[in-house]
Amino acid sequence: MRRTGSLFFSTLGDTGGTILVALLLAAAVLVPVLNALPTDSALHIPNYLVSLFGKYLCFALLALSVDLIWGFAGILSLGHGAFFALGGYAMGMHLMREIGTRGVYGNATLPDFMVFLNWKELPWYWYGFDSFAFAALMAILVPGALAFVFGWFAFRSRVTGVYLSIITQALTFALMLAFFRNDFGFGGNNGLTDFKDLLGFNLQAKNTRASLFAASAIALALGYILCRFLVSSRFGRVLIAVRDAESRTRFLGYRVEHYKLFAFVISAMLAGIAGALYVPQVGIINPREFAPANSIEVVIWVAVGGRGTLWGAALGAVLVNYGKTYFTGALPDMWLYVLGALFIFVTLFLPKGVGGTAKEWLGKLWPTARAAKPPLSPSPQAGVAE
Amino acid sequence: MNMHQPGAHIAPDRGLAQTILYLDDVSVSFDGFRALNKLSFYLLPGELRAIIGPNGAGKTTMMDVITGKTRPDSGQVYFGGKVDLTRLDEAAIANLGIGRKFQKPTVFETQTVDDNLRLALRDKRGVYAALFSRTSASQAARLDELLTTIGLADQRDILAGLLSHGQKQWLEIGMLLAQEPQLLLVDEPAAGMTDAETEATATMLRAIAKDRSVVVVEHDMEFVRALEAKVTVLHEGSVLAEGSMEHVQTHPRVIEVYLGR
Repeated sequence: MRRTGSLFFSTLGDTGGTILVALLLAAAVLVPVLNALPTDSALHIPNYLVSLFGKYLCFALLALSVDLIWGFAGILSLGHGAFFALGGYAMGMHLMREIGTRGVYGNATLPDFMVFLNWKELPWYWYGFDSFAFAALMAILVPGALAFVFGWFAFRSRVTGVYLSIITQALTFALMLAFFRNDFGFGGNNGLTDFKDLLGFNLQAKNTRASLFAASAIALALGYILCRFLVSSRFGRVLIAVRDAESRTRFLGYRVEHYKLFAFVISAMLAGIAGALYVPQVGIINPREFAPANSIEVVIWVAVGGRGTLWGAALGAVLVNYGKTYFTGALPDMWLYVLGALFIFVTLFLPKGVGGTAKEWLGKLWPTARAAKPPLSPSPQAGVAE
Repeated sequence: MNMHQPGAHIAPDRGLAQTILYLDDVSVSFDGFRALNKLSFYLLPGELRAIIGPNGAGKTTMMDVITGKTRPDSGQVYFGGKVDLTRLDEAAIANLGIGRKFQKPTVFETQTVDDNLRLALRDKRGVYAALFSRTSASQAARLDELLTTIGLADQRDILAGLLSHGQKQWLEIGMLLAQEPQLLLVDEPAAGMTDAETEATATMLRAIAKDRSVVVVEHDMEFVRALEAKVTVLHEGSVLAEGSMEHVQTHPRVIEVYLGR
């Protein structure tokens, strides 16, 4: 606990995280370079892989945000997909504005779906989204504000455990229904799509895609460093205390709801950033991103990767999504069974996830490393509802 | 924080201003069950007090009322003669200087002994302070001192979950001391301890009570005797008898409801 040294060293103190950050920074540079090589080169990375992994990195950032609150504060959010989707919508709105007169109807002031709905003017909540900076800010602030309001009421009323998980599901479900409505003003069922460019760069262009990949890798690395800083500080110790014995923490004089709220808002903002990076890479955002099942899947990524390790969550997101890509191609009907089996397998045989188990093995190989940094993973017995 | 004086309710021989803890006419009901029934109780600064009573006598509810976990239906609860505890939450009450030790030892099992004490150490409790403040040299020295007091200096870097039951009890007492409370509420500290540990705990509590007020809830009569403290007997949510161990042991009603069984 009494550590000296800078943020940089406290981040380096954790092996898995150091490897993750190094890999991400290397990928941010190397992937665009290798992508630029001629297609017949052995080291060439094809365009589709760049986009695919760019997408995985966004999921990894989302998983990281869930691990921050679930792994460390014991808040099992089953609605984090909502914050991700809101960030995505904010970016999508900007991308819609950038289409300008190139839409099907060639209308300079209204996006196509509004012309189609016979709307005469732009709704007020679309104002400002012409500016990229404004949209980027909203991609962070809107999820943060929603998390603040939601968390304020939930944590103040001391809603915990399963009850909290259920209302987070309700939150994302309610948003999904709202966004499905045409008159809500976000494109209804079809969502926002047909994007042309971002900051003047064609979204289909190879260089734009490589840049978006690099941006996702850097965002994940920075997000990781932020989370690691949070959990390494005394703030992080308090979060773990809340996770393990909430009422004891109160009797020590900590305002538990403030700690939870702070972590929850930061987490929602990270999820929003992930969504904002995701949308230009996949080219569409629609209300199905709010589907409750999506948020549950995120929790599975974290469980597979190792709850409470941060880097494990990122790893889990990439592994499970790679599996998803593979199985939906090879055995399209089997994917959901594979996902279910994976969850059961991890719960039974790797209760600490891939990350937690790897950490234990490393600890056995280099006992000194473990003594210097006590394991902070929650015990497998520590249930969801404690 | 409400600071007004409840003047009308002070008995002349129990000047509110002199008390560290003052409960008057406190009642609490749960679903029709009266856990506390017009309970009145006061404690002077520096006093060590043992509270005994059969199961359901209201001992734990009384602790809950003092620490803000339960709001009384009626009655007054004052700390230090002026702070109305019924209007504050757990965190605010803890920060006023009231520490509580639970019946079941509750330490943070996935964190080290050192971290447990550091979390309890008197310090700013806000989010911002927790993010950016570092442990000062004087706090580090205080941690070393506490570790020695509770006899866990050699275990400081191991996880609290790996400690024995008795060591966890001591760690929790150490965490209470780290809070530097003026008033300590201790719920069954000797439960599940060996005889040697029980005796060491009694000695530790007597030493602690030299600097602060301590209320100990206990079932173990030998332990209460070892505390050499004034005893309050609770029964059905109110005080049945109060006085020395000898006095309450010979009290006919006490014998009837509790000791005689």
